[in-house]
Amino acid sequence: MIRVLLPFHLRRLANVEGEVELEVEGLATQRAVLDALEARYPALCGTMRDHATQQRRPFIRFFACAEDLSHESPDAPLPEAVAQGAEPFLVVGAIAGG
Amino acid sequence: MSSVRVLVGTKKGGFILNSDEARKRWKVSGPHFTGWEIYHMKGSPADPDRLYASQTSGWFGQIIQRSNDGGRTWETPGGGMTKSPEGMPQGESNKFVYDVSPETGHPLTTHQWYDGTQHPWEFKRVWHLEPSLHDPDSVYAGVEDAAIFRSTDGAHTWHELSGLRGHGTGPKWQPGAGGMCLHTILLDPSDPGRIYVAISAAGAFRTDDGGKTWKPINRGLKSNYIPDPNAETGHCVHHIAFNSARPHVLFMQKHWDVMRSDNAGDDWQEVSGNLPTDFGFTIDVHAHEPETIYVVPIKSDSEHFPPDGKLRVFRSRTGGNKWEPLTKGLPQRNCYVNVLRDAMAVDSLDSCGIYFGTTGGQVYASADAGDSWSPIVRDLPAVLSVEVQTLQ
Repeated sequence: MIRVLLPFHLRRLANVEGEVELEVEGLATQRAVLDALEARYPALCGTMRDHATQQRRPFIRFFACAEDLSHESPDAPLPEAVAQGAEPFLVVGAIAGG
Repeated sequence: MSSVRVLVGTKKGGFILNSDEARKRWKVSGPHFTGWEIYHMKGSPADPDRLYASQTSGWFGQIIQRSNDGGRTWETPGGGMTKSPEGMPQGESNKFVYDVSPETGHPLTTHQWYDGTQHPWEFKRVWHLEPSLHDPDSVYAGVEDAAIFRSTDGAHTWHELSGLRGHGTGPKWQPGAGGMCLHTILLDPSDPGRIYVAISAAGAFRTDDGGKTWKPINRGLKSNYIPDPNAETGHCVHHIAFNSARPHVLFMQKHWDVMRSDNAGDDWQEVSGNLPTDFGFTIDVHAHEPETIYVVPIKSDSEHFPPDGKLRVFRSRTGGNKWEPLTKGLPQRNCYVNVLRDAMAVDSLDSCGIYFGTTGGQVYASADAGDSWSPIVRDLPAVLSVEVQTLQ
């Protein structure tokens, strides 16, 4: 089980409160988590990754275990603590100003 | 008993304002989609309870919302999901991808950037949604970077009418201050094949075959901010409007100049006349008097607020050139708001109602064709768009 914490606007869009818990088959990677997230909440498609390129949207960041994973390969394994559900995978709207 | 529904898009959500035909007492619903920019909401002429909304964010991209009950409840169409051949989940309802397929599309060329260099085409948001006049499930979307898309399945899926972007002048288009946006779509009620669009800063374009082929319709426009002031494209057209009973007569608010065309855009003449400034964003036409038009003059290039701090709508009953200020009920001192291009609309009751929203969050209404005004609401977020439905 993987825990995902979405930003406010995406929680509203997906109509969820608090963390989302996902079952991810195989290796826990960014791509696998986002695929599972979009599969459960299709309204989120296109809000974190570009529809055509599947690239992370510029103002979206991915954090976990006090690390910025935004620029990691989408197919790289996530930290074990995320894969085990001990720590959440954070989808964050980048702060661009005050 | 008729009634009126006003759809207001703002920087921080959408609002729906309802009144009976007296238009004196209003019920305000919202905010819908709290915190998101609602660039535009519009109802289907074929089914007034079918509404479409463009919900957008620089962070999270584009969402299309749809209502089947006049805005009481909303859904993101295409809640289901398809898979790509690679097994990748694909949303559809907010999927605006330029058509570059050899069979139906055009290569994704570059357009002109602010500094005159070429820049890749990139989808950013939907500025305007224009539902079909006849089919509630058909709707057009004008997007940034400029292109027009169409859905025929209630906004589940979108397909670009790529003949516009690809007809040849695209590399000369450039963004205006608000981006390179296709912001105006007019469907000719007398000719199902004819559509007008306007792009900042490219100009006006028309198709006569339902969107397959397009041509610029900018002859007569003069823009001193481009190398050739009389160029075929490159003009910053802010908005176009017509009276649906006379759709070949077009009125335009350009970056500078108010213009009219009596031949479906083939030729334009300036009708700015005695306006205090011929800059502005919005323009609209009386529902029953096709020679009565409305603009809100704005100071520019940099101020973007009303001259002298007086919020005045100017009305011409002569199709332009002769204008009268309409001030009753509007602030005439210390007013420094703007009225954006899609933020004025008219109803079709016997006594035509005029509505506009400001960047200060007021929505003003006139139930007597502009003679007097009063605010429906005063303190919304900055208003991006206003549309009106006259309900029977």
